[in-house]
Amino acid sequence: MNENELTFVPSNARIPKRDLDKTPVLETHHLGIDFGGLTAVDEFNVTIGRTEISGLIGPNGAGKTTVFNLLTNVYTPTRGTILLDGRDTRGKKTSQVCQMGIARTFQNIRLFKEMTVLDNVLVGLHHEMDYGVTGSVLRLPGFWRGEHIARERAIELLSIFDMQDLAEAIAGSLPYGAQRRLEIIRALATNPCLLLLDEPAAGMNPSETAELMENIRKIRDMFQIAILLIEHDMNLVMGICEGIAVLNYGRIIAKGTPAEIKSNPEVIEAYLGKKRA
Amino acid sequence: MKKSFRFSVPTRYIINFGLTALFIICGTLIVNGGAFKRATNAIILQIGIYIILTVSLNMVTGYLGQLPLGHAGFMAVGAYTGAILWKATAAMPCWVSILLGLIAAGLMAAVFGVLIGIPALRLKGDYLAIITLGFGEIIRICIINLAGITGGTPGLLNIPKYSSFFVVFTAAAITCYVIHTIMHSRHGRAILAIRENEIAADACGINLTYYKVFTFAVSAFFAGVAGALFAGFQGSLFPKSFDFMASINILVMVVLGGMGSMLGSVVAATVLTALPLVLQGLSEYRMVIYSLLLIIVMIFKPSGLMGKYDFSLTGIIEDAINGRLFRKKRKEGAENE
Repeated sequence: MNENELTFVPSNARIPKRDLDKTPVLETHHLGIDFGGLTAVDEFNVTIGRTEISGLIGPNGAGKTTVFNLLTNVYTPTRGTILLDGRDTRGKKTSQVCQMGIARTFQNIRLFKEMTVLDNVLVGLHHEMDYGVTGSVLRLPGFWRGEHIARERAIELLSIFDMQDLAEAIAGSLPYGAQRRLEIIRALATNPCLLLLDEPAAGMNPSETAELMENIRKIRDMFQIAILLIEHDMNLVMGICEGIAVLNYGRIIAKGTPAEIKSNPEVIEAYLGKKRA
Repeated sequence: MKKSFRFSVPTRYIINFGLTALFIICGTLIVNGGAFKRATNAIILQIGIYIILTVSLNMVTGYLGQLPLGHAGFMAVGAYTGAILWKATAAMPCWVSILLGLIAAGLMAAVFGVLIGIPALRLKGDYLAIITLGFGEIIRICIINLAGITGGTPGLLNIPKYSSFFVVFTAAAITCYVIHTIMHSRHGRAILAIRENEIAADACGINLTYYKVFTFAVSAFFAGVAGALFAGFQGSLFPKSFDFMASINILVMVVLGGMGSMLGSVVAATVLTALPLVLQGLSEYRMVIYSLLLIIVMIFKPSGLMGKYDFSLTGIIEDAINGRLFRKKRKEGAENE
């Protein structure tokens, strides 16, 4: 963690001082992938602003999660380019893409279940510490300093969602909602400029969803990052997204503001089917 | 809540270091003083060697969550490297020769660990088991056929017997210390994260290949050291000591002790190595009881003797001072051995 990049704010969290102009943080050009003969995603062109909350929606099997896997290089795109902060992510490993600034959560929660909540966040902070193996074996000063700073930062991140008291709990023993929150915190720990949330509201009741919406806004305002989310809950998507892309059969069929999407006939057709003549 | 007593971090290290040193010095004095029979001494040295092997295999099996079956292969690489070097440097002062031999044995095994690890660790589970099993056999066949260097099937004889109680248990203590400190650092957390969820670890920026190969190499390093100690203990080496069953033996100890528990590895290595000695009077029933014991433990405690419990000497002293020694409590391992 580079100290001079940080400022302190009353809400107890540190904001990385990013340039807040409207240059896109993510651009994709003609992105696509084929699995054998099947074209799963094609001509995926989006631009996401630096502090924008955007949504990716579409019927089941439309290729939404595939898009996330393409953005994080879990799948290698068959064609097209991904520019993160103007840098091409082609040929990078998933872990390198993460270091470049894309963090994600998963549709089915993927925590390190047998590790403590704190350790989960510390794994996210892995690259904030820079001591080597020798440093950890000989317990050199760099080790203690790195661990100390990382621990403080982890507790600070946990306190965003009021989870600092759960730091020593085993992650797998947390209730469902807390596990979802922990996954978001772990993703934030990697210091991303773009956060991908895969169905963050899955399995939540309306009041939990409302709280989640608040939290997503809060994260954006605190960290000044872009958030792209996949979600089926239309109240959430229409409520917080500034831009929405609708995917059907691997292609974008509509892009625009929530109001535009709601009245787009093609979108209604994709979701509800065609009206019989 | 009443504030409970805690040692400061430097105090913990001093206590642990002191107790370990005390154990090694007392042990050396007792063993060298001729308190035990020859056979008992041999078992004690074997226990030390198996502790190193088990703790190092536990790093790959318990912490990284992979299942290699070629640990005896790395042990063999280290054993022959150490033995040949010791024979060549017999004229040097004994401690220089010992140190050189152990480090060279470890490094050679680690190099093999990296060479095998890079292709093998692309695979998982049973596939990795089979490929490492193959590797172990290849090493053994190579040793048989490189008779000019390794002595082949008739064996490599007249190896200086350097493996004293002091050397073996110092090496064991260092092994436990190094692996413990690695596991309680950002590197160890990365290794555990890979075990828990590879996809999530990848998405958190953990370089999977690097950490898998790194773990494999560290594990192989200490297996190599144990191999050299084994050579110095036996005084002779035969390829058949490093067959498939040797790897299985070590794996049994890891599983019995509890995967991912260093204390478990140490306890299991001690118990299973000492068992034949304890059961000596029962001669022909010995193997039956040994097998039965394994089955019983696996039925009633499938997670192994110690489960995932991590041992902390200072933690126990703290509990004693706080007057709650016998209350069950999960502790953060501070130091081991």
